[in-house]
Amino acid sequence: MLNSKFVLDKLIEKFGESVFGYEEQFDMMAIYGDKELNLKMLQFLYDDEDLAFRFMTDLTAIHYPNNKGEELVVTYLLYNMPKNFHIRLKFALDINKPDIYTASKLHATANWLERECYDFYGVNFVGHPNLIRVMNVDEMDYFPMRKEFPLEDQTRTDKDDEMFGRGGHFNFGKFSV
Amino acid sequence: MAEVKQNIKLPKDSLEKTTQTINLGPTHPATHGVFQNILEIDGERIMQATPTVGYIHRAFEKIAERKPLYQVTPLTDRLNYCSAPINNIGWHLTVEKFVGIDIPARAQYLRVIIMELARISDHLICNSILGVDSGAFTGFLYIFQYRELIYEIYEEICGSRLTTNIGRIGGFERDFSETAWAKINKFLDEFPRVLKEFEDLFNRNRIFIERTQGVGGISAERALAYGFTGPNLRAAGVDYDVRVQKPYCRYEEFDFKVPVGTTGDCYDRYLVRNEEMWQSISLIKQAIQKIGELKGEEATKYHADAPDFYLPLKKDVYTKMEALIYHFKIIMGEVDIPAGELYNAVEGANGELGYYFISDGGRSAYRLHFRRPCFIYYQAYPELVEGSMLSDAILTMSSLNLIAGELDA
Amino acid sequence: MIHNKRPVTHNTNVKIVDMPEGVQGEGFMAMQFSKVIGLARKNSIWPLPFATSCCGIEFMATMGSTYDLSRFGSERLAFTPRQCDLLMVMGTISKKMAPVLRQVYIQMAEPRWVVAVGACASSGGIFDTYSVLQGIDQVIPVDVYVPGCPPRPEAIIDGIMRVQDLVENESLRRRSSPEYVELLKSYGIS
Repeated sequence: MLNSKFVLDKLIEKFGESVFGYEEQFDMMAIYGDKELNLKMLQFLYDDEDLAFRFMTDLTAIHYPNNKGEELVVTYLLYNMPKNFHIRLKFALDINKPDIYTASKLHATANWLERECYDFYGVNFVGHPNLIRVMNVDEMDYFPMRKEFPLEDQTRTDKDDEMFGRGGHFNFGKFSV
Repeated sequence: MAEVKQNIKLPKDSLEKTTQTINLGPTHPATHGVFQNILEIDGERIMQATPTVGYIHRAFEKIAERKPLYQVTPLTDRLNYCSAPINNIGWHLTVEKFVGIDIPARAQYLRVIIMELARISDHLICNSILGVDSGAFTGFLYIFQYRELIYEIYEEICGSRLTTNIGRIGGFERDFSETAWAKINKFLDEFPRVLKEFEDLFNRNRIFIERTQGVGGISAERALAYGFTGPNLRAAGVDYDVRVQKPYCRYEEFDFKVPVGTTGDCYDRYLVRNEEMWQSISLIKQAIQKIGELKGEEATKYHADAPDFYLPLKKDVYTKMEALIYHFKIIMGEVDIPAGELYNAVEGANGELGYYFISDGGRSAYRLHFRRPCFIYYQAYPELVEGSMLSDAILTMSSLNLIAGELDA
Repeated sequence: MIHNKRPVTHNTNVKIVDMPEGVQGEGFMAMQFSKVIGLARKNSIWPLPFATSCCGIEFMATMGSTYDLSRFGSERLAFTPRQCDLLMVMGTISKKMAPVLRQVYIQMAEPRWVVAVGACASSGGIFDTYSVLQGIDQVIPVDVYVPGCPPRPEAIIDGIMRVQDLVENESLRRRSSPEYVELLKSYGIS
């Protein structure tokens, strides 16, 4: 019977201490693991006959600037198509050294998804065949989706700040807004 | 620039020494949207293809981090703009599941009607443009006349033709009017005959079959490895449909078949999309019948009772205090959402469109990631065209139904 | 087949464009070059659809039979800049795409006109982000802006008709005039 507890028990049985924890929301369990073993965990979930998570639905990253030492979280969403069951894996990375092994040899779909993560967050996927930017211009020197960078283009000179209530000076008689 | 293996050495007995590099550039009549392919060709045969995307990257995911939830709907419109209502309703379903709003039956059936109309609209574009790319312009002209009928239906319901922003979190902004029902019925009366005529033009057409059969095929194992979903995966032989596996919006009550192909080539994809359109027509008819069978209060409620997300009626806003406060809070984006994360998927016209929504208890999403099917299966394009002719590359791109807005988000 | 057995009708109400005014006599006619050329150019504009996103789908609807654009002489959509008069930029142009757009514009031969269709092409639209070009007039000179998100096909046709007005009334010397050269130089296109 494939359910979250079964998957979690099997992972703990195989990897022991490297499974850091789990949380379950809306019928989907997210399992936190050690980033050194991400490829081994994915391989185990792929090979095992009872688990058979052979379809990678999604791969993305999240930036938590407040968790020092664990700012970037790379998350994989795996799917067992015959049994119709999803499981999510999360691996935390330090922002100063965001290295993690690539899953593109195992799941061909991870190729561009990892490039997108690199482009937006700067996650370095070790062993990726072609880790360059995919969405943004090649000359970009920062990772735009990180929380410290703004959405708007800061080099614009044609925005009329006064009309839109940013900066500028409205002087209604003696008031200054 | 991507690392392109320039000038692959050709075998000794070839006429040329190395391959020629051709740029199937971002501006090209046959690319529907802007993506680039750098092809290494030997005569007419493609040795290697390197796709680049990102020419229409609009940073949706970053925009969504600072918008209140109802303002993310216009962004989702512009993902797969050929079938915008599916994206809108998918987002609304995600928020409703996250916050815990129950949608009444009538609203759900109305949503099914709208989503199936959008699916028909998208498949019509894909198939008629497939015809245009293989040289047959007539199908495009016939079909677009009937897409105008679908646009008129959208316009009657939500005011806009293409980027619809249809529905609200909690249901619909207004019930379907008499004119909308008349237009839907007119569409259901006239469209099947046109679809039959379109099929008669292309299905057994020798030129079309020779151009599309055996072209751009992919096996089921490779398709699954690449993360294909939707009609492209079904054409390869795997019957994975999110409406069947993880039903939403009462799809489990409907009776429809999921068409599956065998070889995954362009002809199979074309046939799968055509058959899906027939199934969509049947779904719309079933939905109309189910709405007719609803009784009592259920038959008239078109929105849920969710004061935190669904705008109150204007006459209440002007007379009652709570309605005024809710109206203000919703518009100014001051509704607090609980913390948590959710992944919700709908069956978009191109495959599994997923919304990975993370909230930290603030007023907008902390992280919103769209699992975009086009981005995921465009990676397989080099494998699909390797060894085929240049004209086959065009047709493969066209039959995969690549929508640039969804590729780049 | 689509219209069930409609009786055959012949269109006797064909509109013919008026002849520009000039001096006529036996066997000769004299009129201004600019008027004749303007008339010919205005009714045979060949557009280059530079369709990037959603506005491109509305353009496809404009080319369809309900809102036929080929009535205005734009029957042939050539996708090559060397043969086209009108560059219709439809959809969001991102910073990655801007050099491509510039290159296409530079490759066009004079006289050339540019229509920015949609809010994204006119001013960046709803996308005020780090990756979207805030209006194509940052990189190329634009003649007509058609706002809308997406604009209705009628609006796109209205934009084409405004271009037709520009084409009809354009002086033959405009493209070598100092103002135009100055304009192109300000965009870095010489």
